[in-house]
Amino acid sequence: MGAEAAAAGVDETPAVELRGICKSFGPVQANREVDLAVAAGTIHGIVGENGAGKSTLMNILYGFYQPDAGRILVDGRPRRIRSPLDAIRAGIGMVHQHFMLVEPFTVLENLLLGAEGGFTLEAGIARARREIEAIERDYGLEVDLDAVVRDLPVGVQQRVEILKALFRGAHILVLDEPTGVLTPQEADHLFRILENLREQGRTVVLITHKLREIMAVTDHVSVMRGGRMVAHRRTSETSTEELAELMVGRKVLLRVEKGPARPGEPVLEVAGLEVRDDFDVPRVRDVSFTVRAGEILGIAGVAGNGQSELLEALAGIRRPSRGRILLRGRPVEDAARARARRLGHVPEDRLRMGLVRSFTAWENAILGYQRLAGYLRGGFLRRRRMIAGCVDWMERYDVRPRDPFLHAADFSGGNQQKLVLARELEHDPDLLLVGQPTRGVDIGAIEFIHRRLVAMRDAGKAILLVSVELEEVMSLADRILVMFDGRIMGEMAAEEAEERRLGLLMAGVTAEAG
Amino acid sequence: MAARRRLPFWADYLLLPFLNLSLAFLVSGLVVLLLGENPIAAVKLLLYGAFGFGEAVGYTLFYATNFIFTGLAVALAFHAGLFNIGGEGQAALGGLGVALAALWFGHLHPLLAIPLAVVGAALLGGIWGFIPGWLQARRGSHTVITTIMLNFVAASIMTYLLVNVIIKPGQSAPETVTFAENVWLPQLHGLLQPLGIAIGRSPLNLAFPIALLCALLVWIYVWKLRLGYELRVVGRSEPAALYAGISPATHIVLVMTIAGALAGMMALNEVLGAQHRLVLGFTGGYGFVGIAVALMGRNHPLGVVLAALLFGALYQGGAELAFDMPRINRDMIVVIQGLVILFAGALEHMFRPTLEALFVRTRPVPV
Repeated sequence: MGAEAAAAGVDETPAVELRGICKSFGPVQANREVDLAVAAGTIHGIVGENGAGKSTLMNILYGFYQPDAGRILVDGRPRRIRSPLDAIRAGIGMVHQHFMLVEPFTVLENLLLGAEGGFTLEAGIARARREIEAIERDYGLEVDLDAVVRDLPVGVQQRVEILKALFRGAHILVLDEPTGVLTPQEADHLFRILENLREQGRTVVLITHKLREIMAVTDHVSVMRGGRMVAHRRTSETSTEELAELMVGRKVLLRVEKGPARPGEPVLEVAGLEVRDDFDVPRVRDVSFTVRAGEILGIAGVAGNGQSELLEALAGIRRPSRGRILLRGRPVEDAARARARRLGHVPEDRLRMGLVRSFTAWENAILGYQRLAGYLRGGFLRRRRMIAGCVDWMERYDVRPRDPFLHAADFSGGNQQKLVLARELEHDPDLLLVGQPTRGVDIGAIEFIHRRLVAMRDAGKAILLVSVELEEVMSLADRILVMFDGRIMGEMAAEEAEERRLGLLMAGVTAEAG
Repeated sequence: MAARRRLPFWADYLLLPFLNLSLAFLVSGLVVLLLGENPIAAVKLLLYGAFGFGEAVGYTLFYATNFIFTGLAVALAFHAGLFNIGGEGQAALGGLGVALAALWFGHLHPLLAIPLAVVGAALLGGIWGFIPGWLQARRGSHTVITTIMLNFVAASIMTYLLVNVIIKPGQSAPETVTFAENVWLPQLHGLLQPLGIAIGRSPLNLAFPIALLCALLVWIYVWKLRLGYELRVVGRSEPAALYAGISPATHIVLVMTIAGALAGMMALNEVLGAQHRLVLGFTGGYGFVGIAVALMGRNHPLGVVLAALLFGALYQGGAELAFDMPRINRDMIVVIQGLVILFAGALEHMFRPTLEALFVRTRPVPV
């Protein structure tokens, strides 16, 4: 790889060098003495758990934050980067996890934002079109410049972001968790683009928590833990196991250990279900399936293909427009009654739905169960009992810090999720709906959460798992359904599932068509 | 991003309002200075006028009673995420309820007549809160808009009724006949006299303890009952409420009705306790000041009571001050109130970042 870089005419000066970067937010040290050198013309991965300081570091590089100490060198020259504008001038471009595009504008209009170049648009537009078309050709970034961004699939929107950075003259491109919203095929396409960029001598910094991607596409990888840079490796000389251990600081089990399922009675039966969203658009179309006691049914799919609406309908939050949902043979009427009939629900978006951010941990520990007789004495809350229960769960689910009076917003993502999980599991449901159980959760906590779900299954509970993490669905579920555009595209047993086939189904390609 | 650290309870609820208030008075002092009066003397006069003698205390508490009711009406709705600006109209309708009950049942024994008047105040005020609540829950009409508009509707209804229907015959002032004495809320100086306690003559009446009781009930409702728990979930996150099987619509209607009833009960103090007849415009802006009281009291019943005392003192002390310092008139008192509202209400978070930084530095934080 070094040879390739040399062949592309790049000298040995790192494209970006960070030296001794320190940054604190109040008492929290997000970055401590971080050093990083990214060789020009390479793809450099940065991995680490949530809160390890990756994003802070990149936000410093892009000028969102000022470091408390340390220096930034671009192409060997020290630079003061006080704002994103400085970063762009230094040739640094950033593709954020959440795209920064104006949806009703066309691709060309979006690219032009901030570079209009004159009082009237016409001349700038013509010039920009020529330049951008040249960039598209050079890097294999095909995008229709006149398409409206809102109508484009996310994978293409991401290409627009990359194009925007290149158009502004970025020769160092930072991508923050770029594959979170992509199908495996779209991700592969992205990696080809990144490889193209490298061949043209540009430098790519890839921030991700998916070790598979690091192994697939990067030349070098740096690992962060607790605000420090703990290791630099050549990708060819390391392994996912080593990286995972470096990230967490101890050995972790990446595989879920579970025996075969022993499915029993059907607990949840769904037939001909149609669910519409708030704008009366059907998001779930003619969906039928059954979940039995003692099995985990996984629903795979790219985010936004109706999984959220499906979960909400099953939990009684959203009324279906057609079809029926039977819980132990009787229809689900509403959320309150579904819960009373032992339906547990770990929602996809724990901060929006599963928790009240400004409530304390103990108040959140009864959310949804506030009507249970055990928590009440004649309409009054039995506060002491609730707090005691919460403390007990925090102990058993290792929620840190163990403070029932701390507000939900002050826990880390993993600990918030453990709190939600504790609440839903400890009320002993017959059917557990789980959406994105490990989104934004550290590897250590993922291991724990997966073990709890398998234990629930083995205790004879029915579990419906919705996740956009294909690996998670494949390792946890006993049967897998793939959802695309509101429909079930196919079903398979977990043993028979292979990533390629699932990926095609997730993209809406069925066996007949493909 | 680092999580936001919260202040200790005492700093949040005492130190911060104190700092805000100090700043408000500092700026007020400058204005007094500009007018050519001595600010220190003005403060002395104001404090003496509010607390210096028995009658003054009585008047301060009398005004505070109005503010407790209207402040609670705003604070309670706030916990459901609603901004109730309709206190003025709800109080006016409460006055109508009091007057109708007093005119119909005033001849009954006080133990019957007074509770009926209380029910009348709560009932009509409650209806005036129920309407925007229902519109919000069923039609999605924003309470800020509907409550403001219903203030005007209430004012028009009152004008019509007091000019055309329930006006005392044979006169032109828009007010009813004086109620039968049976239904008058006993004034405290009269009640306490037999016990050997002399507090000076003032309109302070039984509505004051009723207001304190209401504050206690609101506290129990919001923080001790299941209903209050659900209400707070609705106020802070509607998706979380739906998730937890809580109906936001039910709680919005319920809480607006209760808020309206609280504002309506302000009429007990003014109409049943002091004026003993319904006078047009008796609400006198107390409903609007209730918003500032709730803001300043941080929507906590205890805070509302304390803020109401402050505003009561400003009303009473300010009146005395205007009487003694010719260059300071009623309008100047309104300026001071405005500054208090500005610094304690609108800019209540001005010192917060500094204070939080101070506390973070001096306090170990669990990680």
